[in-house]
Amino acid sequence: MLLIVAPLLIPLFAAAVTALLRTRIAAQRIVGVGASASLLAASLMLVVHTADGSILVAQMGDWPAPFGIALVVDAFSAIMLAIAGLMALSVSIYAMGPDAAARDRAGFQPLFHSLMLGVCGAFVAGDIFNLYVWFEVMLIASFGLLVLDRTRAQIDGGLRYVFLNLVGTTVFLMAVGLLYGQLGTLNFADLARVAPLAENQGLLAAIGVMFLVSFGAKAALFPLFNWLPAAYHTASMPVAAIFAGLLTKVGVYAILRLFALVYAHDVAFFGPIFAWVAAATMVFGVFGAAAHYDIRRILSFHIVSQIGYMIIGVALLTQAAIAAAILYIVHHIVVKANLFLVAGAIRRENGSFALGRCGGLWRTAPLLAIGFLIPALSLAGIPPLSGFWGKYAVVRAGIEAEAYWLAGVALFVGLLTLYSMIKIWNEAFWKAAPEATAPIAWTRGERIATYFPIALLCATTMTIGLWTEPFAALAETAAASLLDRDAYITAVLGNAGQIAEKAP
Amino acid sequence: MDPIVALAIGGLVSVGVYMFLAHDLPRVLIGFVLFGSAVNLTIFASGRLGATLPPFVAPGADVLEAGTANPLPQALILTAIVIGFGLTVFALMLVVRANAEFHSVDAADLDAAETPIEAAKKPAAPSAPAVKRAA
Repeated sequence: MLLIVAPLLIPLFAAAVTALLRTRIAAQRIVGVGASASLLAASLMLVVHTADGSILVAQMGDWPAPFGIALVVDAFSAIMLAIAGLMALSVSIYAMGPDAAARDRAGFQPLFHSLMLGVCGAFVAGDIFNLYVWFEVMLIASFGLLVLDRTRAQIDGGLRYVFLNLVGTTVFLMAVGLLYGQLGTLNFADLARVAPLAENQGLLAAIGVMFLVSFGAKAALFPLFNWLPAAYHTASMPVAAIFAGLLTKVGVYAILRLFALVYAHDVAFFGPIFAWVAAATMVFGVFGAAAHYDIRRILSFHIVSQIGYMIIGVALLTQAAIAAAILYIVHHIVVKANLFLVAGAIRRENGSFALGRCGGLWRTAPLLAIGFLIPALSLAGIPPLSGFWGKYAVVRAGIEAEAYWLAGVALFVGLLTLYSMIKIWNEAFWKAAPEATAPIAWTRGERIATYFPIALLCATTMTIGLWTEPFAALAETAAASLLDRDAYITAVLGNAGQIAEKAP
Repeated sequence: MDPIVALAIGGLVSVGVYMFLAHDLPRVLIGFVLFGSAVNLTIFASGRLGATLPPFVAPGADVLEAGTANPLPQALILTAIVIGFGLTVFALMLVVRANAEFHSVDAADLDAAETPIEAAKKPAAPSAPAVKRAA
C-alpha cells in the first residue's frame, strides 16, 4: 500500500519542500536529488514486486473500486515508473550544471518535482478521470518549465505548446464525459469489463477516436506533431531532456493502456488506423530530422519519428508486439534524454547549437564524443546497443504478425535515422572547428554535474544492449499482464460478478 | 430539454472552434473558454438530463429513488472547471507576457521559435570534406 503511493508522495513532498526553500538553492538541490534517488529506489522495488506479473492495487480511503479512486501498479506501470525515476535522477543531477543558479531562482526545482508527480500519477492511475487530472498536473508544471528563462523564443514556443495542449486535453475531457455517458463507469478495470458488452459499439469507437486524437496530440503522432519541434528546442537543456524522455511517452503509455485494455475487443477497427499512423509518424518525423541543421531540432524530430515504433505495438496488439513496444519505450527514453543532455554539453563546449558553427569536438572533447556516439548509434539501431534490440523486437513482431510493409518502413526509417546522426557527428565532432567557436568556461562542479548523468545513461544503454535477456523477459511479462484483461479486472474489482448493473 | 442542451453544446463548440482560428490570441483564449464550457455541458448531459431530485438516500431505504440526479458528473465538472480555470489563467499570463515581449497579440507576429538561426541552416562554405557528404 505505502509502496504504491510512494511514487506520488515522494515528488509531492519534494515539490512542497523545495517550494518552501525558495531562497536556499543549495538546500533545494540536495532535497531534489535525494527525492529523485528515493523515487528511483521506490519504483525499482515496485518492479521487483510486479516482475512475476502480479498486480498491486490500492483503494484510496478504502472505497472499493469502481466507486473509489484506485491506484494500480502492474508490471508495465512499474517499468515506466522505474525509468521515470532514472530520468528524474539524471536530470536533477544535470540541472546542477551550467546556468543552474538562474534556473533554480526561477523555480526549477518545485516545477520539476510537480512534473514528476504528474508523470508518476499518470502511470499509477486506475481510472480515466484521474488520468485526466494527472495529465493536467503534468501539463501545468511543463508550461512553467518550458518558459523558465522567459526568452522570446520560449514565450513563442510556449504559446504554441500551451494552446495545442489545451485543445488536446479538452478533447480528452469530452471523451471522458461521453465514455461515462455510454458505459456508466470510469474505472479502467470496470471499463474493460463492460466495453465489449456495450450495445452501441459504433459510438464507443467514435469515443475511442477522440481519445486517439487527444493522446496522439500528447504523444506527437502524425499529423498532430507540429507543436513538438516548435516548442521543445526552446527549453533549457535539462527541461528539454526530461520533456523529450518522458512527456510524449506518457501519451504513448495512455494509448497502450486504454487501447490494450478497454478497446482490445475492437482491434479490427483500430489496428489499421494505428498501423497507418505509426508508419506516417516514423516517416515524416525522420524526414524532418534529415532536413534540419540545429542539433535540438534534429533531436526533436527524432522524438516524433521514434514514437511510431512504439505505436506499432498498439497496431498489432499481439504479445510480442507489445513487449517490443515496451522494450522500445524504455530504450528510447534513456537514449533520447541522453542525447539532449549531450546537446547541452556540445553547446557548452562549442558555444552554439547550430551545426554550422560547431566542429572539432572529437579533438577537444573526446569523452563527449563517445558520450554522443553511444546514444546516437543506439538510436539508429546499431548492434549491440539497446536500440538494436528494440528495433529487432519491433520488426520481428511485425513480421510475425504478417505486417511486412510496417516492418519494412521501420527498417527504412532506421537507415534515415543513422543518416541524420552521422550528420551531427560529421558537423559537430569530425570536421575542423570554424574559427568562430567560443567555448564557455566550465567550473569543475559543472563539468562533473554534466558528464555524470551522460555516463550513467550511456551505461544504462550499454547494459540493456549487452545484457538484454532480463529486460526482454520483463517486457514480455508486462505485455502478457497487459493483455490478460481478466487478471486486471479481478485484481482491481475483486470478484468481478458482484458489481450490480449500473444505469448511466 | 435534451434538444435545447444539444443545440447549446453545438453552438458553443462552433463558436469556440471559430475563435480558435483567429489570429488574435485573446480571441483564441476566449474560444478555449467557450469550448471548455461546451465540454462541461457534455459531461453534465452524459449523467442524465431532467433529473431534479437530489441524490440522497431516504431514511430507511437502501437505494436511491428513481429520478434522482447523478452526482458523479457534477463532481467531474467541478474538478474540470477548477483545472480549466488554472490553465486559462496561465495561458492568459503567457499572452500578457508575449504582448510585453513582442508588442503584439497577433499570432502571425510571433516567430521567434521557428526562425532558423543563420548558421542553423545548411552550412554554406565547405570547410572540410565532411561537409560535402552531409550536404
